[in-house]
Amino acid sequence: MRLYEFESKKILSSYSIPVPKGRVVTSSQEARIFAQEIGGPIALKAQVLATGRGKMGGVRFAESPQEAEQVAQEMLKAEIQGYAVKSLLVEERLDIERELYVGCTYDDVKKTPLIICSSLGGVDINEVSRKHPEKIHKSSISSFMGLQPYKAWELVQNLDLPAKLPWAAQAILLKLWGFFSQFDAILAEINPLVLTSRGELAALDAHIEIEDDALFRQKERLGRFQIEEREDKARPPTPFEIEAAQIDKADYRGVAGRVIQFDGNLGLLIGAGGGSLTTFDAILRYGGKPANYCEVGGNAPVSKICKLAKLVLSKPGVEGIAVITNVYSNSRVDFVARGLIKAMVELGMDLKSYPVLFRSAGAFEEEGYAILRKYGIRYYDRSVSMDEAAGLAVEMIKKGS
Amino acid sequence: MAILLSDSTRVIVQGITGREAVTFTKAMLDYGTRVVAGVTPGKEGHRVYGVPVYNCVETAMRNHEANTSVVSVPPGFAKDATFEAMDAGIELVNVFTERIPRGDVAQMIEFARQKGVRIVGPNSLGMISPGRVKLGPAGGPLSECNRAFTRGSVAVLSRSGGMLTETCSLLSQNGIGQSIAINIGGDPIVGSAFFDLLPLLEDDPETKAIVLFCEPGTFQEEETARFVKETSYSKRIVAFIAGSFVDTMPGMRFGHAAVIVHGESGATRTKAKVMREAGIVVVDFHSEIVAAVKKILNQS
Amino acid sequence: MGMFVNLKVNERLCEARETGCQKCIDMCPVDAFRLESGKIVTIFDNEDECTFCNMCVQECPKAAVKVVKLY
Repeated sequence: MRLYEFESKKILSSYSIPVPKGRVVTSSQEARIFAQEIGGPIALKAQVLATGRGKMGGVRFAESPQEAEQVAQEMLKAEIQGYAVKSLLVEERLDIERELYVGCTYDDVKKTPLIICSSLGGVDINEVSRKHPEKIHKSSISSFMGLQPYKAWELVQNLDLPAKLPWAAQAILLKLWGFFSQFDAILAEINPLVLTSRGELAALDAHIEIEDDALFRQKERLGRFQIEEREDKARPPTPFEIEAAQIDKADYRGVAGRVIQFDGNLGLLIGAGGGSLTTFDAILRYGGKPANYCEVGGNAPVSKICKLAKLVLSKPGVEGIAVITNVYSNSRVDFVARGLIKAMVELGMDLKSYPVLFRSAGAFEEEGYAILRKYGIRYYDRSVSMDEAAGLAVEMIKKGS
Repeated sequence: MAILLSDSTRVIVQGITGREAVTFTKAMLDYGTRVVAGVTPGKEGHRVYGVPVYNCVETAMRNHEANTSVVSVPPGFAKDATFEAMDAGIELVNVFTERIPRGDVAQMIEFARQKGVRIVGPNSLGMISPGRVKLGPAGGPLSECNRAFTRGSVAVLSRSGGMLTETCSLLSQNGIGQSIAINIGGDPIVGSAFFDLLPLLEDDPETKAIVLFCEPGTFQEEETARFVKETSYSKRIVAFIAGSFVDTMPGMRFGHAAVIVHGESGATRTKAKVMREAGIVVVDFHSEIVAAVKKILNQS
Repeated sequence: MGMFVNLKVNERLCEARETGCQKCIDMCPVDAFRLESGKIVTIFDNEDECTFCNMCVQECPKAAVKVVKLY
């Protein structure tokens, strides 16, 4: 779950990492009042989860309270990457000499936490690592020992900071690590960490992502900063996706949570993980138009499959459903059959005429096939490959049965 | 016998009375895996298909000799359970649990390195040495397992559990058996990545060719390509990379927790490119794996 | 009774009331059984979650539980 900039800064500030003086506003009047309090040039930053908002008009500046009000008014009407701008972070504008980067994440090759710093900040760190790899300094650290002061000290030597500032940078890095480990973050970066003309360091922008799978034990800690758990995708979730997420959350058993809305006519319930990726690719390749992406795996219980099937079947514009899974191991063909049929019965659908393409095999397939036979639903077993099944589903929708 | 599993594999199941574990314990027993004990705190004295249940791994180990553990406990307890197994002297831990926080996984792996223990997973459906031993639910019940997995000379490593079975089933239907089949787990950080297992397979006389089922996200495939290239890896590898549509939807997460693409980082096109440059045969359709493997086997 | 599975507890054989036996409740991985005024009853929705693990049948000291498929 990614945090908004103002949330990140609230936390950083509680760790006494210096941040610019700022306030979150939701109206242009508030922006003007705060600009007056600051009494100097200000920055207005849209609080959206879009990446690279700077290039999309998400960060603007004002010299006077009147200008701040004007700019805020414009920004609060805007939309960035599909996100309506509902609030702005209004901040004093710092006089910046240099922009640096510090961050913590995990290295999936070394499998350790990774501390990164660079004397080049303010741009995407991946871009820096491509163009100026020599400017990136990384250190894998022990997740038991954590970031030790000597290591932080070593790292900040690379930032070419004047006078006493390396000590300040070391302190910031140690605090950032402290936060990263305590909050189960998977990414915590200050970008840029700026050196002001007054010779001070400050976190001008921060990106924090908390591990979704750790939210169960971070609720209270996040709650202290008025941060609530929320759905987090590259764009705002649709009501369809929110409903699916609620179905998943209500029962921890089974993987069925990742539902993504598309605007096609073919409803999908597809094998989880790699199976869903393989099937979705194949359906697109055959020219199919998925109405959604919805995984069914991890031995999801019947009730969960049933609820998801109902959700997909009743989505407007869906003309048929493809249930395509890989050969199951721990998930069960009979559970998928039970869930699908229960959904269709509870929705009062005609099981014999509604277009269903069912391809599944593996664990408890005979039980599953017996259920499907009883209710008159045609099915394919492993002798039809997933690729072929995807092709048949696309054909079925084209023919309308 | 191929890698990781052998005639002396003796297993405990942690969380044996859970819904998943009860099912796969039976499947493991039916397959011939020696499941010697189970652990569920508070359930000591019960039996699951004849397997005695204990409160702690330590007690189970005192009463039975075991060297392998399958961990199937809720995510919040998985780190502790894995530590417990490693501390009690288990040598191979197959972690089935999904959705374990990344920080916990990093600690599990670090402790495993200190102890010289191998972790497979988390989020792994297990592994099978066809016709001999299996861990975890991989392949499902015995009859299903026997249809999908047959003994042979191709090692199959997969980031997806479901597609491990699908891939082996496809190979078996075409008369190609497997030396070992491992679901390495779908998480961003796993105990045994492709590049950790390739060195073992290189020394395994039973393995003639290797199939990798890859997914978007992480640098695992890139690192594997680097390893294959730099070590002039001696065995031929066929790879299929699922989810090319994910490339067009950066920042969006699909399937496993690790499947997320940021620009070029984690994209399937990048993976395909570097893997091909390393001499790995990358096929575009899943079903093309068969022909590619046949070609390699015929050459050797 | 579920749509696909019916778990039958024979009241005459079941000794829950006499001995407080709850082995089926303890062992059922999908919580299909519960106690209602001293009697073992089933939860319909959870019957459809039955995995056929047979633990209820095996654990029952009186052979009072039966798993019946409805297809």
